[in-house]
Amino acid sequence: MTKVKSLADLKKMKEELQAKIEVREKGEVSENLVQIKVAMATCGIAAGAKPIMEFLIDELDKRGINAVVTQTGCMGYCYAEPTIEVKLPGKDPVIFGYVDKKKADEIIEKYIKNGELVDGIIPTNYETIDNK
Amino acid sequence: MHILVCGGTGCRASSSDAIVEKFKSELAANNLENDVQVIMTGCFGFCEKGPIVKVLPDNTFYTQVKPEDAAEIVKEHVIKGRKVNRLLYLDPAKKEHVSDSKHMGFYRKQIRIALRNCGFINPENIDEYIARDGYQAIGKVLTEFDPQQTIDIIKKSGLRGRGGGGFPTGLKWEIASKNKADQKYVVCNADEGDPGAFMDRSVLEGDPHSVLEAMSICGYCIGASKGLIYIRAEYPLAIKRLKVAIAQAREYGLLGNDIMGTGFSFDVELRYGAGAFVCGEETALIHSMEGLRGEPTNKPPFPAESGYMGKPTNVNNVETFANVCPIILKGADWYSSIGTEKSKGTKVFALAGKINNVGLIEVPMGITLREVIFEIGGGIKNGKKFKAVQTGGPSGGCLTEKHLDIPIDFDNLIAAGSMMGSGGMIVMDEDDCMVSVAKFYLDFTVEESCGKCAPCRIGNKRLYELLDKITKGEGTMDDLDRLRNLSKVIKDTALCGLGQTSPNPVLSTLDNFYDEYLAHVQDKKCPAGKCKALMKYVIDPEACVGCTACARNCPVNAISGERKKPHSINTAICIKCGACIEKCKFDAISIK
Repeated sequence: MTKVKSLADLKKMKEELQAKIEVREKGEVSENLVQIKVAMATCGIAAGAKPIMEFLIDELDKRGINAVVTQTGCMGYCYAEPTIEVKLPGKDPVIFGYVDKKKADEIIEKYIKNGELVDGIIPTNYETIDNK
Repeated sequence: MHILVCGGTGCRASSSDAIVEKFKSELAANNLENDVQVIMTGCFGFCEKGPIVKVLPDNTFYTQVKPEDAAEIVKEHVIKGRKVNRLLYLDPAKKEHVSDSKHMGFYRKQIRIALRNCGFINPENIDEYIARDGYQAIGKVLTEFDPQQTIDIIKKSGLRGRGGGGFPTGLKWEIASKNKADQKYVVCNADEGDPGAFMDRSVLEGDPHSVLEAMSICGYCIGASKGLIYIRAEYPLAIKRLKVAIAQAREYGLLGNDIMGTGFSFDVELRYGAGAFVCGEETALIHSMEGLRGEPTNKPPFPAESGYMGKPTNVNNVETFANVCPIILKGADWYSSIGTEKSKGTKVFALAGKINNVGLIEVPMGITLREVIFEIGGGIKNGKKFKAVQTGGPSGGCLTEKHLDIPIDFDNLIAAGSMMGSGGMIVMDEDDCMVSVAKFYLDFTVEESCGKCAPCRIGNKRLYELLDKITKGEGTMDDLDRLRNLSKVIKDTALCGLGQTSPNPVLSTLDNFYDEYLAHVQDKKCPAGKCKALMKYVIDPEACVGCTACARNCPVNAISGERKKPHSINTAICIKCGACIEKCKFDAISIK
């Protein structure tokens, strides 16, 4: 592992990592890379986020969909756990709440495969520091 | 094309189900059901103007939509591509219709600063943190500012301690920096103990590096090379993610010796707490870290003079640290542009209780309780009536309807008889008994009192007993005076913050819900129907058909009566479990 030896080092590293993530987000590496984040704070895990994450990883693989599934922290929608964020290439991310296996299956079949939204979307209701 | 209809509880109450149906039938009538999908979503957080309908991909945002508007939206917008102007949101300032929801950020009442990375990055991957400006703030501080300049930025930003006290953070750092010593410490207080609060846990679980980075900035400012995070062992996932984060930061050389070649060294270790509430008080916390009993001591000396191991120590809360890096990167002016005159920035709240959108929110200071509860929180569960909101945990108080429109900040909440606290917000409805709520908090304080000073150890116990007596219907008018007097004595004489604030739930409920106390004392009634001792189950002989369902299900055989004849309850035996009410199909049993 490389050490960060100076601020210039860190800045360079940031550019590279950001570029890497942007490429991933814009789907330039692969035309159809789907990104999924599962909210895995204690509340999410208690509500059953772990089996959903495993289900997504297994099922996306089985169904031949090119996707990365990662964990993240609390999205803030504790009333609707488990929550996941799905980002299709070239599109804004969409957050789904109350995701059980049935819902996860529906999300894969309808949203990920065909771009059809399904019930249970949670609209973003906050500003990020980038805009404020 | 998609039509999103808000299915939040507020909008649902104003017929969003019917709106969905109407859209579907209108689309079908125009043979568009396969091209346009109608989707029910979660709450948009804009219940005031609900029901909300959003059309994608053009992000058109319609407000106060009625089922009969569906036909027009389909005909005009979907088919002809013309927005229905009369349903667009009217910007109250500019008197203009706003069509694209991307330009109506003002309706979004939340701003995420402390939570900026929570739910975005993978907390166990330092690369994702670095890609979102991670460790840039410490880099900037080390290369561009000296410690005093950095302290001045924090001071100018107006950041105040988020653990509850609201002490200016920059000033705290300055005091610690001026005390000379061979070793100093930066301590992060992650001993979150208020019932119903989970802000700090969420930050640590979602963005552990932001706290580590801010601690090292603080270390640079005060001249400390060691950081300690005091975290309760009840937070295993937060501990695990912190450990991963510390290991990764060390591996990258972002913690440890000679950070980024600047000669500055800083490292962080964890200290576990056993979950005692009093250990959130900084002197008790420090004693607990030293291996001593978790008991507070008199201030002065303040930790900034003599803290951990007798050395100058700066203690800040998790959320306070989580605000530091954005302040450094975006500037003090940016931060102080958010919030009220004396309380800058944002506050994270954990919304809990009888509220629809239970969750973690971050709002600018100065927002009203009404906006938090009825907009972001989506209102009260099951359409019940709002009664009170408890802020500040066991140290805070209950605020009522009349407080809903005051801007939330440190000073206003104290003036209203509560406090900001660490950010727990528990919403109560008409079914909650305020005497029982006060009793619940006193029960907690009695349990958590360390026992060192008499006012807290003995006084709180007496307060609890008085409240218990009142909830049993044995209270007298003298008891109400005694409650108030004793509360004042405890406030004035207790040693630490825990004792000094523990009577607040009693005082605020006495002030705001005196009639409820009177009902318990004079009429021997609990208006909310919560106090078991004051309840009486009765069967209405007119409505009872003698089906025997209640008698068969009574666990203590308190119900008697002949088949097909009205039954009755022997109140001397009845344990008020409510099993009979559940079984009665004729609504013949009620609580009096």
